Amino acid sequence: MTTTLNVISCGPSVTVQDMGRPGFLAQGLTRGGAADTLALLEGAALLGQPATLGALEMVGMGGAFRASADMRIALTGAPMTATIDDATVIWNASHTLPKGAALKIGGARSGTYGYLHVGGGIDTPVMMGARGAHLSAGLGAALVAGDTLPIGRDSGSDTGMTLPVDDRFAGGAIRITTSMQTDEFDAETQARFTTTTFTRDPRANRMGVRMDHDGAPFMATNQLTILSDVIVPGDIQIAGDGAPFVLMCECQTTGGYPRIGTVLPCDMARVAQAAAGAALSFAIVDLDEARAIEHRAAAARKGISASIYPLVRDPHDIRDLAAYQLISGAVSATANPFDGTE
Amino acid sequence: MSEFPRIRRVGLSGLLVQFGSGMSEPANRAALAFRAAVEDQRWPDVRETSTSLVSTFVSADLAAIAPEALGEKLEALVATRDWFAAPLPAGRTLWEVPTLYGTDQAPQLDEAAEAAGVSPEQAITELSQARVRVLTIGFAPGQPYTGELPPHWDIPRQKTLSKSIPAGALVVAIRQLIVFTNATPTGWRHVGQTGFRTFRPTSDTPIVLSPGDEMSFPSVTAAEYAQIVARDASGAGGAQRTVLA
Repeated sequence: MTTTLNVISCGPSVTVQDMGRPGFLAQGLTRGGAADTLALLEGAALLGQPATLGALEMVGMGGAFRASADMRIALTGAPMTATIDDATVIWNASHTLPKGAALKIGGARSGTYGYLHVGGGIDTPVMMGARGAHLSAGLGAALVAGDTLPIGRDSGSDTGMTLPVDDRFAGGAIRITTSMQTDEFDAETQARFTTTTFTRDPRANRMGVRMDHDGAPFMATNQLTILSDVIVPGDIQIAGDGAPFVLMCECQTTGGYPRIGTVLPCDMARVAQAAAGAALSFAIVDLDEARAIEHRAAAARKGISASIYPLVRDPHDIRDLAAYQLISGAVSATANPFDGTE
Repeated sequence: MSEFPRIRRVGLSGLLVQFGSGMSEPANRAALAFRAAVEDQRWPDVRETSTSLVSTFVSADLAAIAPEALGEKLEALVATRDWFAAPLPAGRTLWEVPTLYGTDQAPQLDEAAEAAGVSPEQAITELSQARVRVLTIGFAPGQPYTGELPPHWDIPRQKTLSKSIPAGALVVAIRQLIVFTNATPTGWRHVGQTGFRTFRPTSDTPIVLSPGDEMSFPSVTAAEYAQIVARDASGAGGAQRTVLA
């Protein structure tokens, strides 16, 4: 019988996600997929499985789930409160979810997008080459209480692993590159854009994130006469009222609002994860530097699977047992025990 | 000397070859032909390609490959011919989509006709006999922007948006016709209703239209339309499909 993960209750925006479906741009469908793909890589590393498997993306809050058989899980992305049968479990770690036990995932403590991974992956039907819901396109649907999710065959067995995670959940400095319409904005506007501190507006979803600021609206020289042209995720579009929107993984394929620049792919997780009210700023880096930054980020992504380590070490290896916190709930979900920073 | 075609970088996501700054039939044809030519090259660095109204997007990871190298390859390809004189790509399809004009199913026919300066009857005649090209697909999966209609159909979008126009709606503005993929608020005027679904997620061919395809919207009666909708579970909406040479 197929192993299933049963949804007892869940927040309004929990969907199956993966790396998305490239190849349909010409037909009007953007890639979609997880808003924070780094979190997929982390979950895959913790469970020792490919990052292409389906996982649950939980926006702001999770839900309650029950397993039809013992299964491995991992929790990554925006840290959320999580318990298994009322015992707190650590975020950014893998655990065993016993058959019949209740996994409860509450609200995000920071950030926006949390992820629940299972050993073997969420095995819902593949639609157009992927499992991820693309709600703006009308592909797939958000989960509702009573849903039963089939789970793929798990070839791994390890749990109790964690990994160091840089804090990408609180906004901050975002690096951008110039794009095809940057020149439509005069030098003064570009300078003002990169010296303004923005606040992430509550209006944000998988299509786009609106940025608020004090001061004059941003306008292109010919704001209204730009012909509709290709959009890519990361584009910073200046809407009719002069407010910037960062276009996200589920954006439309074409649009007629001018774009002042494009967020570097490796900083998109930081934009996605910034919670409402978080402060962000945008710095233009030149093309060579942008490419060097992406190369470093790609190398760091390759190193994720080698960065995992056990949550609890073998007591024989621990010289001063009393100095260690063995009660999982008291351990910071985001701390990196190797360098003491968050 | 024209400033087009010109090549622009799109962040780190690829390069864009633009054939104009405004919509024109030759520039649209150039973008379609150039996209077909890029596809024919089968360059391993190119992830996928697409067209907008008058541009061709070449998706590539510009962190992994040198943007200059891809730019030079595109420049060389641009220089091989006059793209504005290129024929349309091969393998296109004509879609004839039965359409119910006006009635309570498409209540803005009269005002659209008035904006175009013709009677409602003349509007139905013109729109149902027009053969338009899929200029681009975008906004929503499979959603075609088709044109161009004669110049008197250069009617503006409404300033006040219609709250929600249903999927399959035939809407008009700026010399173009769209068939809506999903129900959406819009400034385009709702002149006809079709049973044609531009996005069929559970089908083997979820998106049937391609840029460069041609479409026409022959008029059917309310009774004929009701019969088509009642009979059709596929989303084809009774459309006739013809392969163009």
